[in-house]
Amino acid sequence: MRVGERTFLYDRPPRVAAHASIVGPKESEGPLAAWFDEVSRDDLFGQKTWEMGESEMLRRCVARAMTDADVVPEDAQALFSGDLNDQIIATGFAARALGVPLVGLYGACSTFVEGLVLAAALVSGGYLQNALCAASSHFCTAERQFRFPLEMGTQRPPSAQWTATAAGCALLAAEEGPGLHVTAGTLGRIVDRKIKDANHMGAAMAPAVEATILAHLDDTGAAADDFDLIATGDLGWIGREILLRLLRERGRPLPPEKLVDCGASLFFQEQDTHAGGSGCGCVAAVSCGWLMKRMERGELKRVLLVGSGAMLSPTSTMQAETIPGIAYAARLEVQ
Amino acid sequence: MEVFWDLVKAFVVGGLICVVGQVLIQTTKLTNARILVLFVTAGVFLTALGVYKPLVDFAGAGATVPLTGFGYSLAMGAIEAVNSYGVLGALAGGVTRAAAGIAAAIFFGLLNALIFKPKAKP
Amino acid sequence: MNEQKTPQEQRYARLVDELTPGSRHLRGCLRAFWVGGLICAIGQALTMLARTLELGELTAPMFTSCALIFLGTTLTGIGVYDRIGKYAGAGSVVPITGFANSVAAPAIEFRREGMVLGLGAKLFQIAGPVLTYGISASIVVGLVYWAVKEWFL
Repeated sequence: MRVGERTFLYDRPPRVAAHASIVGPKESEGPLAAWFDEVSRDDLFGQKTWEMGESEMLRRCVARAMTDADVVPEDAQALFSGDLNDQIIATGFAARALGVPLVGLYGACSTFVEGLVLAAALVSGGYLQNALCAASSHFCTAERQFRFPLEMGTQRPPSAQWTATAAGCALLAAEEGPGLHVTAGTLGRIVDRKIKDANHMGAAMAPAVEATILAHLDDTGAAADDFDLIATGDLGWIGREILLRLLRERGRPLPPEKLVDCGASLFFQEQDTHAGGSGCGCVAAVSCGWLMKRMERGELKRVLLVGSGAMLSPTSTMQAETIPGIAYAARLEVQ
Repeated sequence: MEVFWDLVKAFVVGGLICVVGQVLIQTTKLTNARILVLFVTAGVFLTALGVYKPLVDFAGAGATVPLTGFGYSLAMGAIEAVNSYGVLGALAGGVTRAAAGIAAAIFFGLLNALIFKPKAKP
Repeated sequence: MNEQKTPQEQRYARLVDELTPGSRHLRGCLRAFWVGGLICAIGQALTMLARTLELGELTAPMFTSCALIFLGTTLTGIGVYDRIGKYAGAGSVVPITGFANSVAAPAIEFRREGMVLGLGAKLFQIAGPVLTYGISASIVVGLVYWAVKEWFL
């Protein structure tokens, strides 16, 4: 059922039947290391290039989620996935290896939540019995595509975020009963407050996140207090502060302890990532590895997961365009 | 003793030229590529205005090692070649004088790429 | 998209500036100073060495440049130069070793895209603009010098 401005309340909320997460070496030294299902010491994941390495990481992650739920690839009905590479090649090659029907998505770092919202709608509507939602990102592929070659001696400004080498996958199934369910989803609208600095993603995306959080609350008639946690991905430390300030100025303040940012949680500040983590895989791995496990343990009952993306490309940055931001929200509940 | 002072002069002048670049990076968000382009062209024009040669005479490598010094070579080459060969010297002079540096960068760059593999950052 | 910012957007830009920590200017400049200075001092020592080897007035600086470029590319290859760059910023960008780094880094990184359009073309990713504008500026300077000499002297 569609409510309000842009929200779906799923009539038959799909259950998160399984989830998997994989991270790379640097992420495995962060505060959440123990929560991830697999930690790789090898940046290349046994492949010849960074791109194929990222693809292999994504493939392994999806395969792991399927194994956990006892779903063989022939029975998997759809894979909703995306990444940051040009023409989402990490996803394309991973899906080639898996042989699962693919819905390729691009929502920059919001891709994982975008996939959850769409997949949950199709499962709830009875079009799919199960659906895999995944996303990946890799520091080395993103760096050479969006910035400079890795060997260049550059200094990153304090506002820069570190693209996480990570992948996450959640398997949704048309099942009722106790467990973790996706109960509502909110689509995103592009919000562009004319930020041009490609090294300040948090600032580019925070207004879109604010708009989507408020839209979700208004559409569903909920208040921030109804949630145990609002998890954003990935504004970073600075973007998180900006979001808190925006909400306060709007007269809808959010208690800071209720707002967790995936990018700001993935690394220790001493790891010198500057403003924190980012990338499609960051929010995917942190929510599949950390948030969903905590929910299953009963520590959290209801979480609003907000994925945000900066819809820029190297071309638009070179052409000096501003950065359009987008954010999708999915409501996760333990029933 | 003179050797020591030459080193100190190179250290101080070269360091200060780098500080100019650092201030630009920190205040204007210029990327590395733009800094390099800016310093080479600035070197060319400062040399043409007669400002850079005295600095080179004073600080030696302190002025020739920063990229402004690359611009100095290009400009001096062009000017000297105009003196020797006339107007065509303007085209040939700069690259002729800087040829060794350019060729070395290209060749060593190629060799490196053949020998080493890209590494992830820690 | 270059139209004027609305008052709301201006307010947001101010908010972002307020909440974004600035670079640590003094620390950054000190690091750039000593690393950049050190590279230049090494250059000076190399020039002196060249003189004792009795290389000429033009060959000595050439020797220095080539030696520093070799140093820059090699440190890039073994994965050290990017760490120096992270610490020193402009201190390792502005010296000729930084130019060498900007040639070697994309060459190594894009070798997997092939020898011609990968390594060969990307080698000039940053060196290309430097040469384009540096050489063009020197030609402009040469032409102006020639014109002044021809017509006014």
